[in-house]
Amino acid sequence: MSQQRNRLATGGRIDRTRPLSFSFNGKHFEGYAGDTLASALIANGVRLVGRSFKYHRPRGLLTAGSEEPNALVQLGTDAASEPNQRATQVELFDGLEAVSQNCWPSVGLDVGAVNNTLSRILPAGFYYKTFMWPKSFWKYYEHVIRKAAGMGRAPESPDPDCYDKMHDHCDVLVVGAGPAGLAAALAAGRAGARVLLADEQSALGGGLLGRRAEIDAAPAAEWIAKSISALQAMPEVQLLCRSTVAGYYDHNYLTIAQRLREGSDPGRRCDKPRQRLWKVRAKQVVLATGAHERPMIFRHNDLPGIMLASAAQCYINRYAAKPGDIAVIFTNNDSAYEAALDLAEAGVTVVAVVDVRTAAESPAQAAVRSRGIEVLYRHAVVAASGRRRVSAAKVMALDDSGESVSGAARTIRCDFLCMSGGWSPAVHLFSQSRGKPSYDASKACFVPGQSVQAERSAGAARGSFALAECLTEGHEAGVAAAAAAGFQRPGRPAKPPVAAKVDEAPLQPFWLVPAAPPGAPLNKHFVDVQNDVTAADIALAAREGYRSVEHLKRYTTTGMGTDQGKTSNINALAILGQTLGADISAVGTTTFRPPYTPLTFGTIVGRDIGALADPVRMTPIHSWHVANGASFEDVGQWKRPWYYPRPGESIQDAVNRECLATRQAIAILDASTLGKIDIQGPDTAEFLNRVYTNGWKKLEIGRCRYGVMCGEDGMVFDDGVTTRLGEHHYWMTTTSGNAARVLAWLEEWLQTEWPELKVYCNSMTEHWATVGIAGPFARQLLSELTDDIELDPKAFPFMTYRAGTVAGIAARVFRISFTGESSFEINVPARYDLALWNTLMTAGEQYGITPIGTESMHVLRAEKGFFIAGQDTDGTVTPLDLGMDWIVSKQKDFLGKRSLARPDMLREDRKQLVGLLPVDPQEVLPEGGQIVTDMDQKPPMNMIGHVTSSYYSVNLKRSIALALVRGGHKRHGETVYVPLENKVIAANVSEPRFYDPEGKRMHA
Amino acid sequence: MLLIKCPWCGERDAHEFSYGGEAHITRPENPDKLSDEQWADYLFMQKNAMGPFLERWVHAHGCRRWFNVRRDTVTHEITAVYKMGDRPPERTA
Ligand SMILES: [Zn+2]
Repeated sequence: MSQQRNRLATGGRIDRTRPLSFSFNGKHFEGYAGDTLASALIANGVRLVGRSFKYHRPRGLLTAGSEEPNALVQLGTDAASEPNQRATQVELFDGLEAVSQNCWPSVGLDVGAVNNTLSRILPAGFYYKTFMWPKSFWKYYEHVIRKAAGMGRAPESPDPDCYDKMHDHCDVLVVGAGPAGLAAALAAGRAGARVLLADEQSALGGGLLGRRAEIDAAPAAEWIAKSISALQAMPEVQLLCRSTVAGYYDHNYLTIAQRLREGSDPGRRCDKPRQRLWKVRAKQVVLATGAHERPMIFRHNDLPGIMLASAAQCYINRYAAKPGDIAVIFTNNDSAYEAALDLAEAGVTVVAVVDVRTAAESPAQAAVRSRGIEVLYRHAVVAASGRRRVSAAKVMALDDSGESVSGAARTIRCDFLCMSGGWSPAVHLFSQSRGKPSYDASKACFVPGQSVQAERSAGAARGSFALAECLTEGHEAGVAAAAAAGFQRPGRPAKPPVAAKVDEAPLQPFWLVPAAPPGAPLNKHFVDVQNDVTAADIALAAREGYRSVEHLKRYTTTGMGTDQGKTSNINALAILGQTLGADISAVGTTTFRPPYTPLTFGTIVGRDIGALADPVRMTPIHSWHVANGASFEDVGQWKRPWYYPRPGESIQDAVNRECLATRQAIAILDASTLGKIDIQGPDTAEFLNRVYTNGWKKLEIGRCRYGVMCGEDGMVFDDGVTTRLGEHHYWMTTTSGNAARVLAWLEEWLQTEWPELKVYCNSMTEHWATVGIAGPFARQLLSELTDDIELDPKAFPFMTYRAGTVAGIAARVFRISFTGESSFEINVPARYDLALWNTLMTAGEQYGITPIGTESMHVLRAEKGFFIAGQDTDGTVTPLDLGMDWIVSKQKDFLGKRSLARPDMLREDRKQLVGLLPVDPQEVLPEGGQIVTDMDQKPPMNMIGHVTSSYYSVNLKRSIALALVRGGHKRHGETVYVPLENKVIAANVSEPRFYDPEGKRMHA
Repeated sequence: MLLIKCPWCGERDAHEFSYGGEAHITRPENPDKLSDEQWADYLFMQKNAMGPFLERWVHAHGCRRWFNVRRDTVTHEITAVYKMGDRPPERTA
């Protein structure tokens, strides 16, 4: 165990009584509760945390927050392992294991670093230019590139954790719990609004956690604690830490990714979910998202040990971890002076502050100078040097223009370097809300422009960086947001929290340190450290014509990493502007897209996995099917028995047995999944007449009729049997998979086009169960179970319906048939379904009653040539294509009729439904097989259609198929071919009717 | 995600609704009398407006009623919700 050699003896928000051990790249270390992985690494003097994506350059920690581009780690090793975790956000826990990404085989010895020495030939657009040509070579490059690049590894086994979702509403959502956010939440909460305050960090306080500041004349930590107590005492206020507002969508709909477990320990299993995705509809939003400090762009600015000034300050103040002993600070603004003072206070030797500005009399500068720290005004760090870590800064004087350096270079030894190029408000969520950021030249940053949705920004998020401003703006935003949501604090207005106003010397925009000597390449001036984009790359892209910022982004890949360029985008825009001679405001920003920081798929999916991914529908006798060994198939969300194999039977054996039993004895089928719609009202016959292709006005009570529905485009949509139960009462059946769509279709026409029709539809699919019995003994069996339904074919003919009692249960019995056998479909209230089924099975035993599944049903109906909507049709097939001219009325209008007269519908070579009889009766055609007429042609062959249904028919002792074939109705008798991988199957085209074409059996 | 005000149920998330395309397309009285072009215009041609657009929605996972909406296709702002058969309310500035 190494010592924490860079840990300060006192201070920080860590608990020195709770040491935690962890491993990083296989080495063991110790940290404290309250550390992040990043701060613990700093405390242990670990500088090298990863390698860059393209050149595999050694990289260290740049930041202390969620904007970190370098320190991406793979957390954990098991199935819950997570890639792309920012070490700056990973809370330390005991036993944590993390490894660096982008390093192969190890962070110290990295094969990909060869890219670094080759960087001269790996410029912007390199991947496009090289690996995209010739295109066919990509497959060779790809696996080499993937192995060396790669952004971590996805775990290989299922995630053992569970994730949650929460849907919430609030009056005011405050994003960010820094000074502005806390002040806003306090003000809105005191007005009585329901407030949700979300912050991505493990503790509330935002940037204050890393600074030494005073609020209301006391240390900021006291104000934070008091504010939290006050907020917790408000019953309508919810505080969420470890909660990143990830997306801002239309109509003030926002998502929040909340990390639930202490320390986000992925290895610890417990009942608690690991993360929760909040979906929040907010009346008002306050964006107090703070700002990101910008790096300075100089040569070798990516060496480990070079970090943002605010990050160094945060490591010292919040974590009592020193990034090093000797610091150089490079800045264009006053905020880094505060960092310099904090470093000095912690015992760091600050050898120099290098400031691009001329001297000014600000309190911060005066304090630094009076501490004896050398300040080099009008100077710049032109380069850093060191191997694997910074060891010196090369400093030169700037010319008056600031565009070049001159004079002697001075080398200043240091072991870390802090930089501040100014601050960029985190306008990401504002931009996601469709607001356009506008450039504020005086602050040298993009600030939120006009609000598009019900939101307002406050504090650093809108470019007001001073603490005093953050507090007053936050307070005002909270008051205004609550008022806009309808909440006003009674009595006199509350006072905002107060911080001392500090005079600051203005920042001087400074985007790119000039090359030294002038004209030297800028190919080690890193702009986007995650994607290895340099100032030279941006200049090259501009020269090559990529002038739009969106093109620049894609061509150079700047800002396209997992950090979305939080520390690099604005610098890249400014350098593009300089190259093009355009103002940065004219260059504009790229679009900020959700999520703000990466989300795991687990968080997005939540509990909608496994059995909960999609509802499963089961019929009331499902348990019987399971107990009797059924194999199931999915039909929509339904589980339907597919076939019932007996021991030792193959699927074909079982289907043969079931099909023979149906035609020779009796079959029983669970048909409860059939869609059933109860339709009532005096205009029902007229309505059916409009939605079905055939006529419905003359259907007598007690009779059934088969109908086909088309869309307005004339294509078959669904089919089924509808029965007239009473004067104004009809019973429609639909295919199992289409029941909901058909009901929606009927309702749409009734509500939107024909509101004058008095027709009312109700889904009855689940209320009524359907058992079909079919075969020569079906009538005999039914006669034993009913004494109030006359079953004689003359009294109860085919396509009629009778109500009565079956097995003691009130039932509706329909004489309809999908198998072509004499059949009875018995409908009973669902709760009697199992009783009915069991009675039929017992009573039917003497007749050899055989349960059949959907596969046998499909074979039997194919023998009869009955099409299945969605199998033999695909949305491009009309009733005429199916050869069903008899069902298309010439007299009346119906939905889709006019389309049947369109020229394309009249073409003779439309694909039409035919039967196929393979020349070899033992060959079964594959469904989907393509059909050709001539085997002598060369590929690509002229395909005239495809097989839609194909089976072996045991009743016919041969294979049969249905197919859609161009001009098929006129091809009966022709021989066609289905070429397969290893053979060709020849088949004769026929009528699509193979068994009992006159229909004597089903009428019997 | 849009927040849509069903005329019968009030404001609900968009995922409770289904979209029904352009509003106020009336099915022709006598389709047989139309030319192929006229029928095709009814059947296939919908406006692809950029800006305010009158469209149909149905509260599929709620009251199952159809209604009309005026929505800006650029900003998603919903400026009117009105019942089937009604004309769109006058636009207010
Ligand atoms: Zn509704």
